[in-house]
Amino acid sequence: MIGGRVLLAVEPRALPELSRGRDVTLVSGTNGKSTTTALIVAALGAGDDVATNREGANTATALAGLLASTEAEEVVLEVDEDWLPWAIRETSPRTVVLTNLSRDQLTRHHEVGALAETWRSGLAGVPLVIANADDPAVVWSALAGHNHVWVAAGANWTADSLVCPACGGRCVRAGSDWACDSCELRRPDPDWWLDGDVLRCATTQAPLTLDLPGRFNVANAALAVTAAHITGGVPVSEAAARLGVVRSVAGRFEQVRFHGHDLRIMLAKNPAGWLELLDLMADDRYPLVLVLNAEGVDGRDPSWIYDVSFRPLRGRTVVVQGRRATDLLVRLEHDGVAARHIPGSLAAALWKLPAGRVDVVGNYTAFRAAVQEVRRA
Amino acid sequence: MPDELGIVHVYPELLGTYGDRGNVLALVHRAAARGITARVIEVALDTPLPRDGDLYLLGGGEDSAQLLAARSLLADDRARSVLAERPCLAVCAGFQLLAHRFEDADGQPQPGLGLLDVTCGRLARRAVGEIVTEPEDLPGVPTLTGYENHRGTAVLGPRARPLGRVVTGVGNGRDGWEGARQGHTFATYLHGPVLVRNPALTDLLLSRVVGELAPFDDTDVERLRDERLDAADPRRHRARRALLGHWAA
Repeated sequence: MIGGRVLLAVEPRALPELSRGRDVTLVSGTNGKSTTTALIVAALGAGDDVATNREGANTATALAGLLASTEAEEVVLEVDEDWLPWAIRETSPRTVVLTNLSRDQLTRHHEVGALAETWRSGLAGVPLVIANADDPAVVWSALAGHNHVWVAAGANWTADSLVCPACGGRCVRAGSDWACDSCELRRPDPDWWLDGDVLRCATTQAPLTLDLPGRFNVANAALAVTAAHITGGVPVSEAAARLGVVRSVAGRFEQVRFHGHDLRIMLAKNPAGWLELLDLMADDRYPLVLVLNAEGVDGRDPSWIYDVSFRPLRGRTVVVQGRRATDLLVRLEHDGVAARHIPGSLAAALWKLPAGRVDVVGNYTAFRAAVQEVRRA
Repeated sequence: MPDELGIVHVYPELLGTYGDRGNVLALVHRAAARGITARVIEVALDTPLPRDGDLYLLGGGEDSAQLLAARSLLADDRARSVLAERPCLAVCAGFQLLAHRFEDADGQPQPGLGLLDVTCGRLARRAVGEIVTEPEDLPGVPTLTGYENHRGTAVLGPRARPLGRVVTGVGNGRDGWEGARQGHTFATYLHGPVLVRNPALTDLLLSRVVGELAPFDDTDVERLRDERLDAADPRRHRARRALLGHWAA
């Protein structure tokens, strides 16, 4: 993004200047931020009138380049969770949407608790925070904002919310409710909630019809429709009806024909993400290609693969690939999942698999490489 | 030998942030390879440790989780005696919980269980990266490989011995040692998980309960060890350079 780089060299304060007068919404969280961003843009239904970082590029140069190239008044940006406080300072968003917080790339983020603290100070004074009421770390951070809209988007992964982010007490869950046993922090009464695939609030409701798989995407959609309704004034049923145009997000959930196979490519970059995908694939019997790397953006330590049980994959045909394929092979062996390592390209793995449907799951750089290989073909 | 190996996983919900659940799986896996069935008993916070376990494990956790775990462990009257009597592996936060003292995120000293003659402090900078250590006086246990991600130090008193000497990485901090052991208690900062990457250490723990074990070579695990040591052990890098130099000549 040379435009952005030149702009920042000439005017280091370009980003605040370019953001001035626009209606900026930032979307962050460990999982679901790209999809939620794409769904908000779809739900707003304004096409090119909304500026967004479609491939998730959220460095200063990328954002400056993006904003310099458009007159759009509405801006919806996905922001890396580490960069959220910085992005808030630079773009003065009117709204921040928060999905969830869980362990991810601990070699970079270190601890979920520490991340929640930087979020909380970064969110101080933000006019509106639309946040997942089911995630204690998200709620505690969001409370620093001026106004809040709570969406009961659910939380499948709860292992990182056992300690109260406010006081260090114990967060106790009872069904979908949660509360700290030592301080006042508790689940806020949701303004919006899901009833199956139907999004409800006190006055209205709308079915969320998605062309994306999984319960986690329904949760992303609940946040997106709420955000489009509140920030863009889009009627709930209209916002919900527009979600179906999103069929894949930067390659996620993309279904393509490749080397005689029907592929579905998915991203799982942390235990919470894996848990969701294992749920999604629980009833399938398709062969799987699992790809694991440990490059910088993946986190250098793939020990986290032991934080989730791979037992649901027992009996499936599983191929492992990637620079840390051996780690994955050993991990699966410890859960009694027979797998084989086929080094090389995705095509090399598919060559050894019967024709038909194959699910491909990779962590960040592995997923990106798979998407690129398929798109090159 | 017990009919069934009882593996007690202490506070897995709190002390399990860095994949340390894998240590339980490694013990179960290598026991099963010798025809020994294992039963895993997970102990919830604020619940007394069971007396009837054969092996006890404590994993790593975040600063706030460690404080909650400490509160629970110190409130359990029998925790110290139960852990002192049985083989135990404690990793990272678990290591610090068994020391006399450790420092919390604000640098305040907090009491540990005092099972190990060790005092833990805090590093100026977080230690993050592959770590390689050479085991200290553990016959049959080759080079240890793991991943460290912590801010803790450890100073050993006269009754504790180090687990290994650091080849690369930070370990206990200034003195070049890593981990501690005292009686049946083994403690380390190594994740990875440490028992997956170091099957000889797993067997050492198992043999403290069941006696001598039949050999079991796991090809994939050996390949994993090789890959990690190739990537991290500077002695292998030097050897490779020497070999390349020899060929070039």
